[in-house]
Amino acid sequence: MTRKQKRLTVIGSGLAVLALAAALVLFALQQKIAFFRMPSDIQLSDIQSQSRFRLGGLVEKGTVVRGEGTKISFSVTDKIKSIPVTYEGILPDLFREDQGVVIEGGFSPAGKFIADSVLAKHDENYMPKEVADSLKAKGVWQEESKKP
Amino acid sequence: MIVELGHFALILALALSLVQSVLPIVGARRDDDRMMAVGVPAAFTVLALVAISFAALTSANVLSDFSVQNVFENSHSQKPLLYKFTGVWGNHEGSMLLWVLILSFFTALVAFFGNNLPPSLKANVLGVQAWIGTAFLTFIVATSNPFARLNPAPIEGRDLNPILQDIGLAIHPPLLYLGYVGFSVCFSFAVAALIDGRIDAAWARWVRPWTLVAWVFLTAGIAMGSYWAYYELGWGGWWFWDPVENASFMPWLAGTALLHSALVMEKRSALKIWTVLLAILTFSLSLLGTFLVRSGVLTSVHTFATDPGRGLFILAILVIFIGGSLALFAWRAQSLAPGGLFQPISREGALVLNNLFLTTATATVLIGTLYPLLLEFLIGEKISVGAPFFNLTFGPLMIPLLAAVPFGPLMAWKRGDLLAVAQRLMTAFFIALLVVATVLYQTSATSVLAAFGIGLAVWLMLGALTDIALKSGVGKAPLGLAARRLAGLPRSVFGTAFAHFGLGITLLGIVATTTFATESVLVMKPGESIRAGGYTVRFDEMKPSKGPNFTEEQGQFTILSDEGQSVTSLMAAKRFFPVRNMQTTEAGICTFAFSQLYVALGDAAADGGIVVRIWWKPLVTLIWLGTIFMMAGGCLSLLDRRLRIGAPARRRVAPLQPANAGPSQ
Repeated sequence: MTRKQKRLTVIGSGLAVLALAAALVLFALQQKIAFFRMPSDIQLSDIQSQSRFRLGGLVEKGTVVRGEGTKISFSVTDKIKSIPVTYEGILPDLFREDQGVVIEGGFSPAGKFIADSVLAKHDENYMPKEVADSLKAKGVWQEESKKP
Repeated sequence: MIVELGHFALILALALSLVQSVLPIVGARRDDDRMMAVGVPAAFTVLALVAISFAALTSANVLSDFSVQNVFENSHSQKPLLYKFTGVWGNHEGSMLLWVLILSFFTALVAFFGNNLPPSLKANVLGVQAWIGTAFLTFIVATSNPFARLNPAPIEGRDLNPILQDIGLAIHPPLLYLGYVGFSVCFSFAVAALIDGRIDAAWARWVRPWTLVAWVFLTAGIAMGSYWAYYELGWGGWWFWDPVENASFMPWLAGTALLHSALVMEKRSALKIWTVLLAILTFSLSLLGTFLVRSGVLTSVHTFATDPGRGLFILAILVIFIGGSLALFAWRAQSLAPGGLFQPISREGALVLNNLFLTTATATVLIGTLYPLLLEFLIGEKISVGAPFFNLTFGPLMIPLLAAVPFGPLMAWKRGDLLAVAQRLMTAFFIALLVVATVLYQTSATSVLAAFGIGLAVWLMLGALTDIALKSGVGKAPLGLAARRLAGLPRSVFGTAFAHFGLGITLLGIVATTTFATESVLVMKPGESIRAGGYTVRFDEMKPSKGPNFTEEQGQFTILSDEGQSVTSLMAAKRFFPVRNMQTTEAGICTFAFSQLYVALGDAAADGGIVVRIWWKPLVTLIWLGTIFMMAGGCLSLLDRRLRIGAPARRRVAPLQPANAGPSQ
């Protein structure tokens, strides 16, 4: 191989790998990200879309109902609107009424939020910025966080 | 008094760092031996001063001096003694002090072991190390003073976050910092080479051991952090693609690439410019990690700082160092003469392939980590990029790389023969195929991906063994000769084989756990039992208990074999820490060979039972066992003869260069 051919081989394979990576990243950014919403930001189009969401807000007082086994339902509110949530599994240690949570999952066609993970705070000092900021913006406010 | 002494020592260290930043480099420019010689004693003294400062903070913590704000906020008189020590770096100020302590330790190491370095290179390296030191010491003194006093002094402290009250805090941060900060030495060597405008194979011989040391510690730190999160959080996961995890994973990926490209540069004096760039990028990613974790832009247990001034300060350090070094690179890289040539199919080619995939993978992780931050900053839309994104982008990039790994070490330098190498790997390939077929058969072809993943893992492990077998002639030469050859192989050959073997083990653990783990979440009452992974788990009772600064509810379980015999017992607990009004979950973990039974308690259910989450995690410990192999590989390479003897001798190496460059020139 001549020097030029060698260089072309290296550059060509480099570009091929980069193109592959770029394609994967673009595809994944369209399909695999979750949008953060507060209950009052939820639009009808959100409920109809198949997207994943992270729902942030406070656990509404008096709505936590423990069902059969490990099923649990509650509402998440930002004091303007509340969204009913169902979840099956173990709640985090610091899941309490009137405390901030971030829930990840999607909407059922009926408009119920089916959670597949619930994140509550780790400690009173730490809070997801997203929830704190949004609550501050809406004039209601508490705290929490995620994993280390 | 001791506290003020610590504060004073810290300021002195800053002043001396400033001196060390300037004099040696000016000396190197002017060829002034006396000015260059300032670097060594300055490095030792800065280390001593920072160590005094760190000792002062430690003593304030151990003696529970709550008049120090930092101690008041993160300690408690009832806290166990071990956590009074480790709590020193369980907060923002203390962890930054540890960062600088480790930095000055590495600088002192360069000063100590650098006797054989050309004086101007040594002076420049020590000067650049001092730039970093000065920046971070200024950061601590100006925005994060750990020695600030409170008046009047509180009687009792606020205690440490219970999640951090674990032996993991003693090990994970120091190891991780040794890794992060260790790459600063590579960075300083790269910048010094650019200032000098001169670079050769001796430079690479110097950089490689530092890269190895940093890489081994970073591997240890990440693995330790992963295991800590696994048992402490009670979520049963070992990697979450959380931004703070990515922050440590990016320098690891780039560092792994650097490790391999430095090899090409050392052996064949090719890829010089690329290696210098990679050294700069690796430490830049370490700085980025420090910024992401310490500035408060992300939310996690690692994030202690919420003061926006601190975030801006670290961002400024980040911009100056990354921007400055890249600008220097753009300006000076042309002056570095290109080195040896090679065919695309060769050991060098294989290492270029490794670098290509590793850096691309680093870039995808970087995009996934920064994209949400950028998007929120630019248009205010809040999104989260989680595991699905990384599985889709990072995963496919790793598969071809891992499949190519066994070829690399068998390839000849300069010009390799792909067909011959493929023939030698035939046995390994067929065994791996056999494994794939067996797994497919056993699982009735339900998990095709898992079967291929396990096959890939076996392929990696056998590839590493094949490399050793071929190089020693096991199976071909008579046994005695082969054994003697095996003993005579350079340690770096074993290092490579160990690290690649470990990669296979880790992959096996990952695939097996991800695919074959079983999980059950249920309400259990005393006396009830459930099957998990070939065992029966029986819930016996809940028992209250008391620790030094917490109370706990212990769930007692008995593990029974199929014959109904009690194998062992297991305890999972919920702890309550009154000072912080916080609850933590202590998972109960039982190890059977390489697999684990993992039990975490949930809330009490309405009907008197308790919610219990039970996982059977097959081969999960292999994930961390593999990293131990990788670290062992790194250590073996570090002990290689050529790094111990004659490593720094530039004079001896230089005349060899034309011969090394080979016939293709």
